[in-house]
Amino acid sequence: MKNKILPFSVIIIFGIIFFIFYKGLEDSKIYTPDVNIKKEIPVFNSKEFFSGENVKSLSIFELDKFYLLNIWSSWCVPCRQEHPFLMNLNLDNQVNIIGMNYKDNLKNAENFLKELGNPYKEIFIDLDGTIAIEWGAYGVPESFLIYNNEIIKKYIGPLNQELVNDINLLIK
Amino acid sequence: MKILRFFLIVIIFYTSSALKADELDKRNNITKNLRCLVCQGQSIYDSDSEFANSLKILVDRKIDEGLTDAEIYEYFKNKYGEWILYDPKLNKNTYILWFMPLLIFLLGGAIIFKKLKKKHN
Repeated sequence: MKNKILPFSVIIIFGIIFFIFYKGLEDSKIYTPDVNIKKEIPVFNSKEFFSGENVKSLSIFELDKFYLLNIWSSWCVPCRQEHPFLMNLNLDNQVNIIGMNYKDNLKNAENFLKELGNPYKEIFIDLDGTIAIEWGAYGVPESFLIYNNEIIKKYIGPLNQELVNDINLLIK
Repeated sequence: MKILRFFLIVIIFYTSSALKADELDKRNNITKNLRCLVCQGQSIYDSDSEFANSLKILVDRKIDEGLTDAEIYEYFKNKYGEWILYDPKLNKNTYILWFMPLLIFLLGGAIIFKKLKKKHN
């Protein structure tokens, strides 16, 4: 009986270790942020892009309307790719697109809009990137779908046709 | 009078710089404990990415607002989830990690104890 305790406990220990490693195999090795989060939008103060006047977040987002907050920058190459999709989305007029100009040179940003068009209903500036952090953003480009001051879904990376379809489905 | 004023200025200067040094320590400690989510295996302190630089500014701002370390961690955890903290707290996903060494230690101890007892007999 006594001789059996040692091999028995060794088997149990290896069993537990195997179980832990096996469970670890199933986990994704790449960090994937949660995109379907219902979170209140943050309250912040910023400056309007064209006029330079102070804007409060509470005056931008009204209740009972869909908003798409898009973080963009003229130096960001993927933003150029997604811009036509934003222009198309604006044509449908079902969602108000709000721009957050991220760590940008204002002159370059204006030229960017002149060249590719302006789909934004309103743009505010985030010069040091801290407002983006308040939103829980990772970088540019990133978009947040907002309804009743709540983030319904976030899209990390450039928008494409598939994601635009997803947005259209959600706002119907 | 002049000497008094001089000393007053020196004292104010020294105390304020000591305060600043404390804040810098606090800032470094916090940023070393926050994971740079867009970099590979770097803390906010180590990284010079856009994301990390903005986060550093925000940490400074929160320290100026008088928030404690725990409150600052909680703030970022709310924004980005548990993953942003390097020091994992005890919860249902990490309890194996925390109790495994203890379990192995107890089992090993029990085996050694048994062996020794056997030898003694």
